[in-house]
Amino acid sequence: MTPRQINIRQIIGKIGLWFSVFVIVSPAILFFLWMASLSLKFEIDNAAYPPVFIPEHIAWKNYADVLASNRFLTYFVNSLIVTGSATALALLVGVPAGYGIARMAAHKSAIVILIARITPGLSYLIPLFLMFQWLGLLGTLVPQIIIHLVVTVPIVIWIMIGYFETTPMELEEAALIDGATRWQVFRHVALPITKPGIAVAFILAVIFSWNNFVFGIVLAGRETRTLPVAVYNMISFDQLSWGPLAAAALIVTFPVLLLTVFAQRQIVAGLTAGAVKGG
Amino acid sequence: MSALTQTTPGAAQSDAAPEKELRPPSYWPFVVPALVVVLAIIIFPWVFTIWMSLNEWKVGSSTTFVGFSNYLRLTSDPRFIEAIGHTLVYTALSVLLPLALGTFAAVVFHQKFPGRGFLRGVFIMPMMATPVAIALVWTMMFHPQLGVLNYLLSLVGIPAQLWVFHPATVIPSLVLVETWQWTPLVMLIVLGGLAAIPTEPYESAQIDGASLWQVFRFITLPLIMPFLFIAGMIRMIDAVKSFDIIFAITQGGPGSASETINIYLYSVAFSYYDLGYGSAIAVVFFLLIVLLAAVMLYARQRMLWTEIANGT
Repeated sequence: MTPRQINIRQIIGKIGLWFSVFVIVSPAILFFLWMASLSLKFEIDNAAYPPVFIPEHIAWKNYADVLASNRFLTYFVNSLIVTGSATALALLVGVPAGYGIARMAAHKSAIVILIARITPGLSYLIPLFLMFQWLGLLGTLVPQIIIHLVVTVPIVIWIMIGYFETTPMELEEAALIDGATRWQVFRHVALPITKPGIAVAFILAVIFSWNNFVFGIVLAGRETRTLPVAVYNMISFDQLSWGPLAAAALIVTFPVLLLTVFAQRQIVAGLTAGAVKGG
Repeated sequence: MSALTQTTPGAAQSDAAPEKELRPPSYWPFVVPALVVVLAIIIFPWVFTIWMSLNEWKVGSSTTFVGFSNYLRLTSDPRFIEAIGHTLVYTALSVLLPLALGTFAAVVFHQKFPGRGFLRGVFIMPMMATPVAIALVWTMMFHPQLGVLNYLLSLVGIPAQLWVFHPATVIPSLVLVETWQWTPLVMLIVLGGLAAIPTEPYESAQIDGASLWQVFRFITLPLIMPFLFIAGMIRMIDAVKSFDIIFAITQGGPGSASETINIYLYSVAFSYYDLGYGSAIAVVFFLLIVLLAAVMLYARQRMLWTEIANGT
């Protein structure tokens, strides 16, 4: 091949590559741009045909309306409490468990995680719904916190097993010989090394708990809705006001999108470890 | 009593102390809290579900043991049988399309180009975004008169569709959303596979003048097969259980045209509050997922055997 031919081949290859990248990424980009566009338009523009992509007048009002509605803040706080508690509890029990399972090489126990992964979320809901009813907990946030553990605990345990298995044992053995207790070894030797793993487990648990919908529609009452449920309920009530609806949808998912962009490395590490979403 | 409980553990401890060095340390205390949680929220619900499925159990009325009659009822429930069909079609499409597109995307993201990291982040946004929020926007996009999708179709001369508002197009439309959402996951898994492939085969293929397609078909594809299989398995498990998207966009409609097993299970358990029957559906549903996973594993084994038999 002459240098000239190579050059042309390279250029065609470059064009092909960029065209492929464009084709692959544009559905995601266009979708979120359209979502933003819907959320920033007045009803006249949203009901226009052909559709208006960039409005002349931007309707910040849609966001103001959503944020000002008195319940939205309640639902936001509910989401924070449920996701925060479910994640904190999962880390509290899941990180030591991942450590124990990895050190005991109790790989068979992973079967439970696998079952949890396969089971449809609704199957947990039927018996737990009854339990919560008997215990008189319906109407509080407690049932949702507990059932979100179904999502967060397996994620944390699964990811932490993977991380603790790759940390070196020599240091821990040395510490044990020096007379440290197992707890001290865990706390001061194993735990600091696996901080990146904990970050991964934390981020994924937060996202999948925040996004969860199915538990909320069954367990949440008027006062205890989380954001996804609240947004879903908006659909049935104002079918035609797309602007505020899209604004609400964007507000709900915005924290997650932000995390996705800034913690991409952790998310990719966690997802490829196979612990993808529970419930 | 209190004296006894106080002294015994202490005594036991001092007895055990000399043995401490001989035995490997026990890690049980680390696992116990999680074990309690798992027992309470995963094992117990399962046992209880099986028990409930053997009972006539409706909210607000007394329960009676009925043996397997809930399961017998399933075999003659046309809505359930129809739901199995919908689930299988939905699942098959929601596995195959993301697998094909995700592999393509992985091959592209395996190349080096400026902005790759950022664009990969954008590409995985659909699968991390809150499904209900996504579903809501798709519903607007599917709108037959005002939706942007029909507008886009009109630009290329395709007549307007009813999308999720017509029984014939509702499942493909929902699969479109599912594919848009979950292709990134396949991409990530396959990308991991591509990273593990050595470069030598590619170099020799280049010398032999193989075309891009030949390189993909005879070098890349066989080497990423294990990863495709894992991606397919995860995709299958998630697609079978798919709930948020279907429920938020169609609730199983129009009519029952997009009612999958999971959606039907929701109706039975939490619209009709027929918890016994719902539990039976949950058990059969779980077994169906296990069966599908087993079939996939078997197919994979068969593939490996024929590969070995062919000497490749």
